[in-house]
Amino acid sequence: MSAVPSRAGPRRFRQMSGQVGWGVVAWVVGIAFFLPVLWMVITAFKPESAAETWPPRFVFSPTLAEFRLVFAGWGPYVTHSVIATVGSTVLVLVLGVPAAYALSVHPVKRWRDGLFFFISTKMLPIVAAIGPLYVIALKAHLLDSIWVLIILYTAMNLPLAIWMIRSFMLEVPGELLEAARLDGAGRIREITEVIMPVVSPGLVSTALICVIFAWNELFLALNLTVTNAATMPMYLISSVPQEGLYIAHLSAAATIASVPVIAVGWIAQRSLVRGLSMGAIK
Amino acid sequence: MAHVKYVSATRVYAKDAPPAVDALDLDITDGEFMVLVGPSGSGKTTALRMLAGLEPLDGGRVEIGDRDVTWVEPKDRDIAMVFQNYALYPQKTVAENMGFALKMQRVPRDERDRRVREAARLLDLDDALLARKPKALSGGQRQRVAMGRAIVREPQVFLMDEPLSNLDAKLRVQTRSQIAELQRRLGVTTVYVTHDQVEAMTMGNRVAVLSGGRLQQCDTPRQLYDNPVNQFVAGFIGSPAMNLLTVPITDGGARLAGAVIPLPAAVRTAAGRAGLSEIVLGVRPEHLHLANGSGEVAGEVMLVEELGADAMLHVRLAEGGNQIVARAEGRQPPSPGRQVTFHVQPDDVFAFDPGTGARLAG
Repeated sequence: MSAVPSRAGPRRFRQMSGQVGWGVVAWVVGIAFFLPVLWMVITAFKPESAAETWPPRFVFSPTLAEFRLVFAGWGPYVTHSVIATVGSTVLVLVLGVPAAYALSVHPVKRWRDGLFFFISTKMLPIVAAIGPLYVIALKAHLLDSIWVLIILYTAMNLPLAIWMIRSFMLEVPGELLEAARLDGAGRIREITEVIMPVVSPGLVSTALICVIFAWNELFLALNLTVTNAATMPMYLISSVPQEGLYIAHLSAAATIASVPVIAVGWIAQRSLVRGLSMGAIK
Repeated sequence: MAHVKYVSATRVYAKDAPPAVDALDLDITDGEFMVLVGPSGSGKTTALRMLAGLEPLDGGRVEIGDRDVTWVEPKDRDIAMVFQNYALYPQKTVAENMGFALKMQRVPRDERDRRVREAARLLDLDDALLARKPKALSGGQRQRVAMGRAIVREPQVFLMDEPLSNLDAKLRVQTRSQIAELQRRLGVTTVYVTHDQVEAMTMGNRVAVLSGGRLQQCDTPRQLYDNPVNQFVAGFIGSPAMNLLTVPITDGGARLAGAVIPLPAAVRTAAGRAGLSEIVLGVRPEHLHLANGSGEVAGEVMLVEELGADAMLHVRLAEGGNQIVARAEGRQPPSPGRQVTFHVQPDDVFAFDPGTGARLAG
């Protein structure tokens, strides 16, 4: 009787301690990643004078002064960001759904090449293309226009979106499409009545990913816009003055800029993981 | 209603591979329940999909009624199909699922509703279920909705691709008889694919046995059982399967376990003409009669499967050591280890050519 627990005891203890050990590692890593974010949020609530002390102070009287300052100045930037983000995401979906359909449900000839072409556009460093892009935007009178961002963000997100939507469409059971064919649904009805309802959760997560990427984009905005189309990431940069204290102000602006994407990520986390890993299996 | 005709219908998937369906000739009469049965890879599902228009033909043609439909779109063939996994539209309600084909045909809403309700009543689907999504239904209910979707269309032909394979054993037997009964009532020509020979035998007016893409035999269940044309059909139809043993030919018969089983003169002539020294002897388990030591075939009982009404005896033959299965009365079967003998009626014995598998005609 007593032999059984005494033999099982150490093993269970080892198992438990192993779990605890990994738990500690996970927490340490997690905190290490989260610390800068936490630091940013805390700093945002500090007065400028308390922000830049070393070692950082954790006891201070919190203030919303910096937030008020951000809200006073962010107007045009946030408007541009919303327009560029929403506009490009809508375009991505409008173009991505038919493209993904043509690469999955009824694949065109040489669909593999098509698929590879789309993803290959993501391989070139964007810096390499910025010169020509600048000249083209200049000649097309699109420099510092919101349209240049909508177009480029669409181009930037489209390949990933096509890959994602395609993997969702591949999950639509073949029998379902055959049933629709027998029921007399044409191509349009097939998409609207059969495929779209099944893949719509996937479209939502694709859209959310596009929103995050477009919202955070800085490089193109920085090089192709000045004021008429400057976005939130540009506002963060512009809140860094040539001289004087700015850490608290920057933190407040960064916190506000992060809220939408964190919210979106939070809402989407389950479908995001599913959407991204589905592509990995296929 | 319509008859269906396959004329040398052929389907080749890959250039070098043998055809999935090889020159299939099959006449299905108006209102008939035809079952296509065979093991996996036999081409039965491909044959059905060719009729549905989901699989193009590489040769031959398919007719529905007197119309050649070989190159007609599935939706214009006036058929309805029940899929193995039902293929119900997950985001549509039961009523929308059943009425979708009618909606595509621009049937007015009133008539659509009427026909959906009618089909639902026919299948004992409550009105309450009509508003539900497929996800909220049980397996049996989904199966009936899939049937309903086919019935609503009032097609010329029903196509069914293993529609019972996702149900549990008890429900399958129940639904089996319901489908057969419904088909008789509606009188719609039906082509039904299954790999289960019991399903085939119990449901079909006629059964087409396929193997390796070729039609082996198409006949009534009784004829398939009594008169299989070859070794494959003999082994496939009947449960438990027919005992098939390769045995030498002697004067007047075939030598099995030390005894000589007499063969009809015609069989001996046929074997002689083919120059055979051996034949494949086929005896169904129910044709091996326990004979209390006076029978000609002797062996030892190795295993007894009790099925209640009867018992299956797995017997090792005294000579040669081949195993056979015999059906015995269920009350007092001999226990394992017992020496037993069986009596065999010469009329109940089948003989096949070991090379070609063809029946040596008696």
